[in-house]
Amino acid sequence: MSAERLSLDIALSRKTFSLKVSEDVALAGVTAVFGPSGSGKTTLLKAIVGLEAGAEGRISLGETVWQDSVAGVFVPAHRRAVSYVFQDARLFNHLDVQGNLDFAAKRARKAGRSPDVDAAIAAFGIGELLERRAVSLSGGESRRVALARAVLSCPDLMLLDEPLTGLDRAARREILPFLKGLPEHSGCPVLYVSHDLEEVAALASGIVVMDVGRVLANGPVAEIGRSLDLGPLSEGAGPASLIEARVTRVDGDSGLMALEAGGETLLLPSVPGARDGERLRLFIDARDVAIAVGRPGPMSIRNVLPARVGRIISSDTAADALVDLSIGSQLIRAQITRHALSELQLEAGQQVFALMKSVRLAGDFR
Amino acid sequence: MPDLGPVFLSLHLAAVTTAILLVIGVPLAYWLATTQARVKPVVEAVTALPLVLPPTVIGFYLLILMNPSAPLGAAWVSLTGGTLSFSFSGLVFASAIYSLPFMVQPLQSAFEAVGRGPMEAAATLRASRLDAIRNVLLPQSARGILTACVLTFAHTIGEFGVVLMVGGNIPERTRVISIAIYEHVESVEYAEAHILSAGLLVFSFVTLVGVYALNRSYRLRVS
Repeated sequence: MSAERLSLDIALSRKTFSLKVSEDVALAGVTAVFGPSGSGKTTLLKAIVGLEAGAEGRISLGETVWQDSVAGVFVPAHRRAVSYVFQDARLFNHLDVQGNLDFAAKRARKAGRSPDVDAAIAAFGIGELLERRAVSLSGGESRRVALARAVLSCPDLMLLDEPLTGLDRAARREILPFLKGLPEHSGCPVLYVSHDLEEVAALASGIVVMDVGRVLANGPVAEIGRSLDLGPLSEGAGPASLIEARVTRVDGDSGLMALEAGGETLLLPSVPGARDGERLRLFIDARDVAIAVGRPGPMSIRNVLPARVGRIISSDTAADALVDLSIGSQLIRAQITRHALSELQLEAGQQVFALMKSVRLAGDFR
Repeated sequence: MPDLGPVFLSLHLAAVTTAILLVIGVPLAYWLATTQARVKPVVEAVTALPLVLPPTVIGFYLLILMNPSAPLGAAWVSLTGGTLSFSFSGLVFASAIYSLPFMVQPLQSAFEAVGRGPMEAAATLRASRLDAIRNVLLPQSARGILTACVLTFAHTIGEFGVVLMVGGNIPERTRVISIAIYEHVESVEYAEAHILSAGLLVFSFVTLVGVYALNRSYRLRVS
């Protein structure tokens, strides 16, 4: 799995929407394309795969040029070594699961690649499904088959368009580990479209943030998460923070594990398979963070950390205000009422305590 | 017992016409199902014309077209030595024209029902357009293709007016079943007319029941 560079310089305009992206994306592992619906994420992916005839400009992966409108180059979709997992799986319903897998593998072999059908069947746990018709599969099953089929195409780049959309929480938890393992199984980088910050946090190492057809930011998730407030762009979810923490101790007796974040210690219910030293991403809803000016007395909340007040966002029209809190090098966001804000007389630079009622692992859809 | 020659001639004509129309109809229907060209409604209208025109109109123009003094008729004479009008080949040509909508419309509906989704998925899995048509679109449209063939076959057997004008009534060459029935009625041979008519009636009914049972979603849109 090597880092590849995806160079994009494309423009597309429709009556109600325009896309203009000029960006170099360093691809390694999973890179998220993040933004609200209508921000152009899917259009961008379709342009990359070659299914968006209206897109003008230049697209290249490493040394391979897929499109260069100035030079009159447009490599058709079937000649681009890129596979696409559609939101609705799009399995071929005239074939059974095995037939769907063979469809991809056969054409990959013709293109001189060496797909390993057995390995893909094992990797995505679909051995039991091989003789089933595509239409008889559950949502989670059909996504897994679609992932396996895309891997068997042996691409140089995999594009995933919101593969968790429309699945219930149980099915999302079922699929997530397969998405995490995707770069390893496919041997190629993955570009992953999502409007869900938590999914991004759980999966991606890099992120391309989009809004209204433009790229707002592009870089490592941790870095972008610090400099840009992704909350408003995340659909459905309110403001939230994303921090990285390292497991320092797993305590089997209490069922808790200790994590170190920004020089402070957090306690969380331990997850199966957590190891000392492992780095995890934590997701903290801003509404679950309270602020105390002095250290509070005995209480049930376990995670009380000293913090320094940073930026305060408050407007006369909203009942709530957002307060940035620095905990060591990490930043978390608290949502409190404006009433509380004025009563506590919070100011930037002030030392306070952050009380975190709930902290959970990103992507642990429970 | 009536002469069964016209029955076999009709079956032969219908089989050849269906085969030819399948070859022409698949690309035409695919184009109609996928194109965004401005001329699409025009082509659709031309394709549907045989559904609304009186057979005499089609027959009249086909006669003019197939006349040995017309370019097409002349070309046929120089190629084969025989005339196109009043021949079995002429009947096939005429049938292919008036049965065209019965092939193209169900095919177009079937292709549109499959939609772009599976074709796009195939393209991202390294399948060329032709590969995707053959291995995704056509198998997924199988029922629509069968419907189109059955309707074309049945309609070709049932046509009368165009056949009479273009083919005349030549035994073994152009006297198909519908002409034979007309001939029997004219000659007051009602017993023979009854046998052929009832046969055609039962055949058509069974065929249509089969088509509708097979799939209710590929019905003709104009007729």
